[in-house]
Amino acid sequence: MNPTLPTAPPAAAGGAPTVASGTSPDVAGASRDGAGGFPILAGGTPSDYVAAARPLLAIEGLEVTFPQGREGRQRVAAVCGASLTIGRGECVGLVGESGSGKSLLALAVLRLVPPPGRVGGRVLLDGREPGGQADLLALPEAAMRQVRGARIGIVFQEPMTALNPFYSIGFQIAEAAAAHRPLGRRAAREEAVRLLERVAIPDARRRLADYPHQLSGGQRQRVLLAMALAGGPELLLADEPTTALDVTLQAQVLELLDELRHDLGLSVLLITHDLAVVAETCDRVAVMYAGQVVEEAAVEDLFRAPAHPYTRALLATLPRLGRPAERGRLPVLPGQPAEPAARPAGCPFHPRCPEAMPICAVEEPPETEPLPAAEAPAAAVATGAATAVRPRRVRCWLHPAVPR
Amino acid sequence: MSATAPPRQGTRLPAGPPQVLLSAIGLEKRYPLRRSSFGWRGRRRGSVAALAGVDLEVRRGECLAVVGESGGGKTTLARCLLRLVEPTAGRVSFDGEDILALPPGDLRRRRRRFQMIYQDPYDSLDPRQRIGAALVEPLLLHRLAGRAAGAWRRRQAARRRAVELLATVGLPASAAERFPHQLSGGQRQRVGIARALAVEPELLVADEPVSALDVSVRSQILNLLAELQQRMGLTLVLIAHDLAAVEQMADRVAVFYLGRIVELAPCAELFAHPLHPYTASLLASVPVLGSPGPAAAAGIRRRFRAPKPLAGEPPSPAAPPSGCPFHPRCPVAQARCAVERPELLPAGPETATPAVGSAGVIRAEGGGALPDTRLVACFFPGSLRGAPVQAPPAGVPRSEGRAAP
Repeated sequence: MNPTLPTAPPAAAGGAPTVASGTSPDVAGASRDGAGGFPILAGGTPSDYVAAARPLLAIEGLEVTFPQGREGRQRVAAVCGASLTIGRGECVGLVGESGSGKSLLALAVLRLVPPPGRVGGRVLLDGREPGGQADLLALPEAAMRQVRGARIGIVFQEPMTALNPFYSIGFQIAEAAAAHRPLGRRAAREEAVRLLERVAIPDARRRLADYPHQLSGGQRQRVLLAMALAGGPELLLADEPTTALDVTLQAQVLELLDELRHDLGLSVLLITHDLAVVAETCDRVAVMYAGQVVEEAAVEDLFRAPAHPYTRALLATLPRLGRPAERGRLPVLPGQPAEPAARPAGCPFHPRCPEAMPICAVEEPPETEPLPAAEAPAAAVATGAATAVRPRRVRCWLHPAVPR
Repeated sequence: MSATAPPRQGTRLPAGPPQVLLSAIGLEKRYPLRRSSFGWRGRRRGSVAALAGVDLEVRRGECLAVVGESGGGKTTLARCLLRLVEPTAGRVSFDGEDILALPPGDLRRRRRRFQMIYQDPYDSLDPRQRIGAALVEPLLLHRLAGRAAGAWRRRQAARRRAVELLATVGLPASAAERFPHQLSGGQRQRVGIARALAVEPELLVADEPVSALDVSVRSQILNLLAELQQRMGLTLVLIAHDLAAVEQMADRVAVFYLGRIVELAPCAELFAHPLHPYTASLLASVPVLGSPGPAAAAGIRRRFRAPKPLAGEPPSPAAPPSGCPFHPRCPVAQARCAVERPELLPAGPETATPAVGSAGVIRAEGGGALPDTRLVACFFPGSLRGAPVQAPPAGVPRSEGRAAP
């Protein structure tokens, strides 16, 4: 425990979240008391409630740019103005084609974008103390190191390249565990055993000495999960955690993820290109296209009534089990995904959009404010499924909330 | 659903009994295991059976899909069928001719008739070769570029043909001047298909042709394959793990487990009513997309439907389990399964599905009816009734057909 834990000023009482300065104590080094403790349970002042209603992570207008051209004067935006929120205990799916900026978004949250790339916008992480909120992009590197692993864990896509082939998995997990807590050799080892058991690797103690090549793909993915959990994070960024796996193993890993989420109160950002995976695991979905979040909605709403033409097209093109189309007549989405270097003017989707209008080629549709359930389709209202307010954002001129 | 759907169009099968184009008998492929991890040293220590005796017939004009988990031997099968690796035992005959007995020169000439599409369009093209050159090469190699005298003229003819091939797979002629890195994944896979088609083969073996591609591009490639198959009367062996794609494409499906076929059945029947517990578990593992019903709204996740996702991982082929290779993971295994290995046998009439009808006369269109018996390697076929895979009735109301061009 930190003996002199300074309480952060309840800056957010007015409703508008203010950015705490870079050295916010709750980010810099507070110890973790109780798994996934909600601030609302600790105190009782109104400001606490505001803090609790705030999302755990709010990404606002995130941009990732890379230099281009001979002298690197121009910059190409791989992510341009993406916004997304993740609530506590929530599982948010981030879908999109490759090159849409999904992985870069996750890297940018942890400030891991490789050097020539630059990150702009705001990434607000809710503090553990009421009122504490920090812009990760403005934190000094030392404080950022206390966020990586300890508050936000990440599972990388390719389990073979994310593990070091020269060290045993026990060493690698223990190292991750000891990075954030003062653990002795033996304690770190015990922690590694506990983590391996947590991710359901049979005979964990004996597997500690194994090297990554001795494990199967599914087990490697579990080891990566164990490493991501070692710092006791509140948020897990999972970048295509099951793409390299078979369907049977994919089902196992997704089930494990679900279980961890419920047991540890984790929030999860699940990056995937498989909409079916999202349909089965997530609470909310954000659809990315050309570096922007074009639609964000609750899972049920999105699949029941996709609002953005891109979402509709994506859903229509998927071959579905149990519903074969006439052979050779799968609906297709014509054209290629927009390339960051040759971004179309206006809405980036308009060249492929079956419903494009003149304005789409000229002006980019603005980001709408989250819309309450008034937008929910009649069918959902009739079944009573849409009684809760489920905000939805759509970046399209067709959308009624976008002023033309 | 799939079982009661009207027969699909697109496959023209010749009248009369189905003609076998390619058959494998007792196909086996073993790789030696050595004690040292440096392959050329160390003593031999037994072997791994990647294929443990496979009997398979591919009929002319059909699409046969091979599904299963990775490590099951699907790719080895594809390579053995085309003699890209030398099988350890067994026979492969293509159009009545034993291709394993052919001397190298004859085999090379015969390769014109069977071609392969590789999994990874990023690895299967030479990064330093322009697309045009990659397409011209097989034409010249197989002397398909006309009879014109002079190498230059033949090359010109081959170039013209290459442009035609690009058009066939939906690429512009300008693609011929490009290098592979200048193309997207989907475009590269189209080049891979064009290259296989260059020699006008009868049989195409596609090893995971879409798994490296983006979701929105997959259906384009699948449509292209189906269309080419129909137009050119191709026979297609489709190796895949994407079961939804298989359901779209295949006439018959072979389910692979640990180097063996455990179930072989017409596509619609297999998906409607899997007989082998492994097939049922495999189908149950596929995440289902569709508008979540009231159950999902109530917070019940669809994934907890029966049967549960398959526990455990596929065992190592170096140490296969005794008896039925699937018994350690099988939810309905009994004592007998651990001792005795079930053979791949016709499923009895008692396991026939009422929905499909008597003893599987499946498709009557295109000439004669195909007497199609289902084969299954299990002592208790059909005992694991998987939840039938169902798409929601309405689906996504506003999306259907919208994206079609």
